[in-house]
Amino acid sequence: MSKLEAKIPGGPLADKWSNHKNSVRLVNPANKAKLDIIMVGTGLAGASAAATLAELGYNVKAFCFQDSPRRAHSVAAQGGINAAKNYKNDGDSVFRLFNDIIKGGDYRSREANVYRAAEVSNQTIDQMVAAGVPFAREYSGYLDNRSFGGVQVSRTFYARGQTGQQCLLGAYSGMIRQMAKGKVTMYSRRDMLDLVVVDGRARGIITRNLVTGEIERHSAHAVVLASGGYGTIYYLSTLAVGSNATAAWTAHKKGAFFSNPSFVQIHPTSLPQLNDYQAKLTLMSESLRNDGRIWVPKAKGDKRHPSQIPEEERDYYLERRYPAFGNLVPRDVASRAAKERCDAGYGVGDTGLSVYLDFSRAIEKQGKKAIEAKYGNLFEMYEKITGTNPYNEPMRIYPAGHYTMGGLWVDYNLMTTIPGLFAIGESNFSDHGANRLGAGSLMQCSGDGYFILPVTIGDYLADEIRTPRIPTDLPEFEAAEKEAIDRLHSLLAINGKQTVTSFHKRLGRIMWDQCGMVRNEESLKKALGMIEELKEEFWKDVRIPGTAGELNQELEKAVKVADFFELGRLMCQDGLDRKESCGAHFREESQTPEGEAQRIDSEYSYVATWEYNGEGKDHKLHKEELKFENARIQQRSYK
Amino acid sequence: MDIKLKIWRQEGPKSEGSFVDYNLTGVSKDMSFLEMLDFLNKKLIENGDDPVVFEHDCREGICGSCALFINGRPHGPDDLVTTCELRMTKFNDGDTIVIEPWRAKSFPVIKDLVADRHAFDKIMEAGGFISVNTGSAPEANSIPVPREKADEAFDAAVCIGCGACVAACKNSSAMLFVAAKVSHLALLPQGRAESGKRARAMLAKMDELGFGSCTNTGACEAECPKGISLAHIARLNREFLKEGFRS
Repeated sequence: MSKLEAKIPGGPLADKWSNHKNSVRLVNPANKAKLDIIMVGTGLAGASAAATLAELGYNVKAFCFQDSPRRAHSVAAQGGINAAKNYKNDGDSVFRLFNDIIKGGDYRSREANVYRAAEVSNQTIDQMVAAGVPFAREYSGYLDNRSFGGVQVSRTFYARGQTGQQCLLGAYSGMIRQMAKGKVTMYSRRDMLDLVVVDGRARGIITRNLVTGEIERHSAHAVVLASGGYGTIYYLSTLAVGSNATAAWTAHKKGAFFSNPSFVQIHPTSLPQLNDYQAKLTLMSESLRNDGRIWVPKAKGDKRHPSQIPEEERDYYLERRYPAFGNLVPRDVASRAAKERCDAGYGVGDTGLSVYLDFSRAIEKQGKKAIEAKYGNLFEMYEKITGTNPYNEPMRIYPAGHYTMGGLWVDYNLMTTIPGLFAIGESNFSDHGANRLGAGSLMQCSGDGYFILPVTIGDYLADEIRTPRIPTDLPEFEAAEKEAIDRLHSLLAINGKQTVTSFHKRLGRIMWDQCGMVRNEESLKKALGMIEELKEEFWKDVRIPGTAGELNQELEKAVKVADFFELGRLMCQDGLDRKESCGAHFREESQTPEGEAQRIDSEYSYVATWEYNGEGKDHKLHKEELKFENARIQQRSYK
Repeated sequence: MDIKLKIWRQEGPKSEGSFVDYNLTGVSKDMSFLEMLDFLNKKLIENGDDPVVFEHDCREGICGSCALFINGRPHGPDDLVTTCELRMTKFNDGDTIVIEPWRAKSFPVIKDLVADRHAFDKIMEAGGFISVNTGSAPEANSIPVPREKADEAFDAAVCIGCGACVAACKNSSAMLFVAAKVSHLALLPQGRAESGKRARAMLAKMDELGFGSCTNTGACEAECPKGISLAHIARLNREFLKEGFRS
C-alpha cells in the first residue's frame, strides 16, 4: 500500500536525522510570513510547536478547549522527562536511550523515529532550562537526575512531582510571548468538530465556540493535531476528565489512518477507586517505585492491618518475580502483576482491588526528611484523598488507564496520510511501540514540538508558498460545517432519559473489563457486541439538556462519548487482529509458561494501521512492516 | 448525608444571576466536592432541569480550572487545596453550602459558576516569560543555579493560575499571581536579564485590566491552594523599584 510510506531517510541510524535536516527544503522568512498553521491542542507538544513555529515566522492559530492553554493535561505529568545527557556518568548515551525505548515498547515502534526522539532529548533539556523550568538541582547547583521504571541508568530530569506542570508552563511562556507579538492567535474554549480537506490536502478545521455555541471556520496552509490521547475512553483514568479523542477521530474519518489503537498503557500506581461517583483516578507518580516496595500478604484474603503483617508474611511479588529490576519493572509488567495478585485473591482494601506501596524501609534508611524532599507533594496528595498518612502506613494503589501509545499514523515527517495534516505528541503513534517507558511522554512531546515538527513541516510548506491564504467560503468548509451542525442537532434531538455520563461509565466498564490490562479473543468479540448495543441505546435514549447556542457542557460530553463508541470498536478490532502479546497488549492466548507476554515477531512485527471505510463498516487494515537493524532484539525480560 | 445547597445561577454574561436552593440527599462522605456537584447534576438532568455549569478538568489540583467560592472562601473550608481536592468529609449532615463563582471585576461571570479568567493570560503576555527562542539555549549545566535559589524559584513557579488570590483579595488584586511569576524568573540567572522590565510590564498590564492594588492584607497568601508566600510580593516590589531607578 503506497499510502504508508514512512519516508525514513537513508544512511546509518545515527546520521538519519542530520542527513534529513540537511536535505529538507527551507522556506525563506518572507514566505513564512504568508503561511498559516493551525495548531489543535496546546499541551507540551502543541505549545512548544506553536511557539517555535511562530518564532520562525509562520502565523499560528492555536486552539484549546480549556479557558487557558496553561491548563492542558501535560500539566499533570508528575515524574519527569528523560534525556541522554549522561550527567551521572553511568554509561548512558543516545543509543542506550533509544535501545531502552525500543525494548520498553516491545519492538513495535519505528527505529528511526525513536532514535531521533532520543537524539533531540538533550537539546530539549537545554531549551527548558533556558526558558526557566526549575528542574531539581544538586547542592552544587548542577542538575539532578533520578532513575525511572524499565531502565538501569539515571536519566530522568524532574521538578519535584510536578515536572509536567513546569515543562508545560515553560512552553506556554514561549507561546504567550508570540501571542504578544501577534504571531500566535489563541482561540481558547474551542472544540474541534471536523477537519476540512480541500483537493486532498488539510486546509482547515471547524470549531465550536464553547461559550457562545457558534460554529466557526478556520483555514490554514497546514493543520497540526496536538490533541493528546484517548485514555478517557475507560471513563475512569488518570487523565483530565475533558481529555478526548474527537479531534483525532474526526481527522481519522476524513482519511487519516489510525495505528495500533489497542495499545493502551495501564499505569500501575494510581489510587484505587473509592466509590461509584468517582470521576477520575488519581495518579501517584511512578517515581515512587524508586523507594517504595510493592507487596501483598502471602495469605489469601488476609484482612489484618498492614502494620500487623510481619515481614515474612509479605509477598514482595515484583522483587520475587523480577529480581533484576524488582519494583522498577516497566509499567505494563507492574500493572499485570498487580492484577494477577488481586484476581488470585491476595489484594488488599475493602474491595480487594489494591496492593501496598510501602516506604517504611526507605524512611528507615534515608530518613523521613529525604523522602519528604523527593515525594512530599505526592504524600500530601495521597493523604488528602484517602485520609491515611503514607509516612506511617503503606499507600494502597491499583492500575488505571493512563496513556495511549496508539494514535494517528505519521511518517518520519510526522505527517499523517492526509497531506498537510500533522500529528505530534500523544496524538500520534510514533515512538512508544506497545508500551511507553516512564518520563518518555514529556520527552516525546517536547522533542516533537520544539525540534522535529518545525523542521519537517517546512519541507511540506515549501510547496505552499504560492498558495494564497485559504478562503473559508469554499464548498468543503460549508459541507464540513453543515455536517458538524447536523451532528449536534441529531444529538440534541434524541431527548431521552439517561445522562451522557451514565453511558460513558458503561462504555468505560466494557473497555476496562474486555479490552484493558488483559484481552482474549472471546472478551474482544464480546466487547464488540456490547459496544454496538450500548451505542444504539445511546442514540435512542441519551438526554442532553439545553441548546447548541450556549455554554452546554452536556453537549460537549455527548460529542466526545459518541466518538468513543466508534473508537472503542476499532480498539477491539485491532486487539483481535493482533493475536500475539506485546507490551501493554496482553493477549491471554499468547504468553510464556511463566505468564509473561509472548511476542510473535514472525507474524506481527508491524504497525497495524486502520483506514476508515464509512459509518458502520469495518475498517481496512494496512501493515507497515517494522525492521530492526540496530536495536538488539530480544524477548523482553526484566528478571 | 443530606445537605442544602445555595448555588449562584446565571444564564449568561449579561443576565442577572441569583442564588437557587437545592436539597441534596444521599451525599456520601466519600465524595469529592465536585463529585457531589456531579451527583446533583445527574439528578437535575434526570428531572429535566439544566445542570449547574462549573469549570474543572484534571481533578487532581494541578490544572487550575476549578474555581469555586464556597461558604465565603475560595476553594472552600480547607487549607492548601483546590476545589477539586476538597472532600465532603469537611461537611456534615444538614450543612448549608453556599457556592459562588469568583467575584472580581476582571473575572466576569460567563455562566453559573464559570468566570472568565482570560485576564491572567493577558498579564502573562505582558512579560511572564524569558525571551529565548528555540535553539539558542546553552548547554543546560553551563549555568549552575544554587540549590536554595532553585528551590525558592520552584516555590513560586507552582502557581496554577486559578485566581483564588484575586477572589480572596478585598481589592481584587492580582499581585500574588504577578509576584509568583516575577519572583520565579528573577531568582534564576536565566531570567535575571529581563527582570525589572518584566515586573514593570506585568504590573502595568494588571492595572490596565482593572485588578486592584495590593494593600498587604495577606488574604491571597492565606487562600492560595499552593501556599505561595507573600515574600514573593516583596521581591516583585524590589524588582519594580530597581527598574525605576534604572529608567
